[in-house]
Amino acid sequence: MVTGFFIWVKQAAAILQKDIKVEFRTKYSLNSFLMFALTTLVLVSFSVGPYLLDEVVHSALIWIILFFSAMGGLARSFVKEQEKGTVYALKLSAVPETVYLGKFIYNLSLLFLVIIIVIPFYIFFLSPPVGNPGLLALVLFLGSLGLAAASTILAAIVSQANVKGNLLPVLAFPILLPLLTAAINGTRLALEGFPLGKAMAELQILISFFAIMFTVSLLLFNFVWET
Amino acid sequence: MISIELDNLTKTYNEQIIFSGVQETVSQGNCLVVSGPNGSGKTTLLKIIAGLIRPSAGEIRLTVENQLIPREKQKDYLGYVSPDLMLYDELSALENLNFFARVRGLAKEGRKAEEMLERVQLDKWKAKMVSTYSTGMKQRLKFAYALLHRPLLLLLDEPGSNLDQTGHALVKDVIEEQKQRGCVILSTNDPTEVTRYGDRILHLG
Repeated sequence: MVTGFFIWVKQAAAILQKDIKVEFRTKYSLNSFLMFALTTLVLVSFSVGPYLLDEVVHSALIWIILFFSAMGGLARSFVKEQEKGTVYALKLSAVPETVYLGKFIYNLSLLFLVIIIVIPFYIFFLSPPVGNPGLLALVLFLGSLGLAAASTILAAIVSQANVKGNLLPVLAFPILLPLLTAAINGTRLALEGFPLGKAMAELQILISFFAIMFTVSLLLFNFVWET
Repeated sequence: MISIELDNLTKTYNEQIIFSGVQETVSQGNCLVVSGPNGSGKTTLLKIIAGLIRPSAGEIRLTVENQLIPREKQKDYLGYVSPDLMLYDELSALENLNFFARVRGLAKEGRKAEEMLERVQLDKWKAKMVSTYSTGMKQRLKFAYALLHRPLLLLLDEPGSNLDQTGHALVKDVIEEQKQRGCVILSTNDPTEVTRYGDRILHLG
């Protein structure tokens, strides 16, 4: 049982390492991810101009930018395998669950990288008040876990459709709605400077969403991958 | 000892029958050649045997050492070369094979990858990105990928396409070696390949 788990981890690590190497050489996903996030950010910044936004609007804007950037960038992980014809080689060689695990960690790393770049820019351009930076970091971390877990399995489904790119946001939105609502509320509480205890309900939803989405995805991935 | 039985395989797309009632058994030391005109379903049949698509009806039974192998484990016993199967252009040949050896959980993966590249005569170009390879070199690399785990069943879809004379000699050697180790199912519409390799011939269409 333990040996089996370590074999899984080793194989998922090989897939992660391969994806990072390919991404480092092509910068395919990261470019589309960052370009979308930064363009949207600049656009929002120009639209808002000198007006002060309240914390609710800031929270919503942060997650709208992250959601649509993620939809553009994360779908590439599977779509690229399908379009380039490498999906067959991967299907014949890898255990399906290790593919999900490897791609999930890869997508999560991309999402973290985008957050690390985009959030400081957002704070610089739009100057939202950040009352509780620790809570903001925690909400962004937990929100990213759920966003990556859901986007990874949905990207695998979408990669088999004809209209790959446009389908992911449409499919993802209803599934991600509870996560986005909790993340937006949690971000608002962080910006308003509330302590951690006041955001427990939102944090619990984010943790539960990730736990459910990750477990269900691992259980169902075999079916999605083999179909 | 390996044996694969195709039991009444049928494939339909949008109610159009591609092939139906395919019934064949291929045993150790044999090469089954699937021939037929374009669109007769040769590639589809090989993809079904590889487990990449599902048949509309029928079953595939793979037996190794008198043990029936469950469908989800069958891919561990087969190697597949096809024009539709591509390797990573952004990685070198050696990186590609090392990656697939690692995801297959093969021991001494680095050594196995190097050996396979020597086998398909790509060792001189092992560090070059696959994107810089010619179509023929990519075809040889697909052979190295398919043989990496020493499969008992080798599925070859149009194996001679884009290969020069040395490449064709390599295909012939690979098929002869594979027949010692297990069996081969090969699809082609080249009549010379049908007669050269086929111990048995299945004509579709």
